[in-house]
Amino acid sequence: MSLNQDKPLVVAGVEYQSRLIIGSGKYKDFEENLSALEASAAEMITVAIRRVNLGQNKDEPSLLEVISPERYTILPNTAGCYTAEDAVRTCRMARELLDGHKLVKLEVLGDQKTLYPNVTETLAAAEILVADGFDVMVYTSDDPLVAKRLEEIGCVAVMPLGAPIGSGLGIRNPYNIRMILENASVPIIVDAGVGTASDASIAMELGCDGVLMNTAIAEAQNPVLMASAMKKAVESGREAFLAGRMPRRLYASASSPIDGTFF
Amino acid sequence: MTMEISVNGKQHKFEQDMSLMDLLHALALTEGRIAVEVNGEIVPRSQFAAQQINHQDKIEIVQAIGGG
Repeated sequence: MSLNQDKPLVVAGVEYQSRLIIGSGKYKDFEENLSALEASAAEMITVAIRRVNLGQNKDEPSLLEVISPERYTILPNTAGCYTAEDAVRTCRMARELLDGHKLVKLEVLGDQKTLYPNVTETLAAAEILVADGFDVMVYTSDDPLVAKRLEEIGCVAVMPLGAPIGSGLGIRNPYNIRMILENASVPIIVDAGVGTASDASIAMELGCDGVLMNTAIAEAQNPVLMASAMKKAVESGREAFLAGRMPRRLYASASSPIDGTFF
Repeated sequence: MTMEISVNGKQHKFEQDMSLMDLLHALALTEGRIAVEVNGEIVPRSQFAAQQINHQDKIEIVQAIGGG
């Protein structure tokens, strides 16, 4: 029997044993991406929706031929969208592409330099998508009020950033993440900002339900090894959260008894 | 008669009277997972053969690629 009696992560009624979600961007090739996916043990992977390259070699495999939608949960994103309209259109194309698949990652960006979410457009897009029957996992800022509003709209998971997308700066405002967690009744998944394994552990130790990352793995010197590190980091952070950490003290507290010394 | 249509932002000339399925054949895009919009409206896969392509149609053909 395992010591860890954790429940699975449940998103839109589907159980996931892994609390790590990875991306498919910035990898050297599909094979490296697949190896990282296997090493990470993630069951969900994000993809982008883009124009077909008309000049493309017909024999070249496409991403979904290498990373199978039968084996993994494909999470189409709306990366690159700056308006609710573009994001909704992208989700509808994704649903068609994936035979009616309803789970999407909504992100509506506000600015190319920060890639910070445009919260007003995100809220508008979330309303439309939920009404249209999508299961929306939504990327947002770490504002607790906005996170709650997105949950009220009916998003199936709220995904605040830890730091800007691709920055690798870690969880910059753990106190906001804690406030979001305190009020949440849907999974809270830190999306963006993780740079290395300890960042993922910190997110999980705070009590997050999962972590989504792309660049931290894809841009590591050895992406497959980093994927393995992230698997362990998410698991150990989760176990530490469930175990309940000791309180922080300003001064020392001896680990060996004072009684019985012979000197 | 030829017609001019836009496919993924680029102008293409084709003989008139073609279906979306014919167009996808002409572009060698019949394999693999794609989704298609004609003038902003998604055309379900089951309608590819029935969907007529007309002069000045704007067609978008997308696929899933790597992204975070």
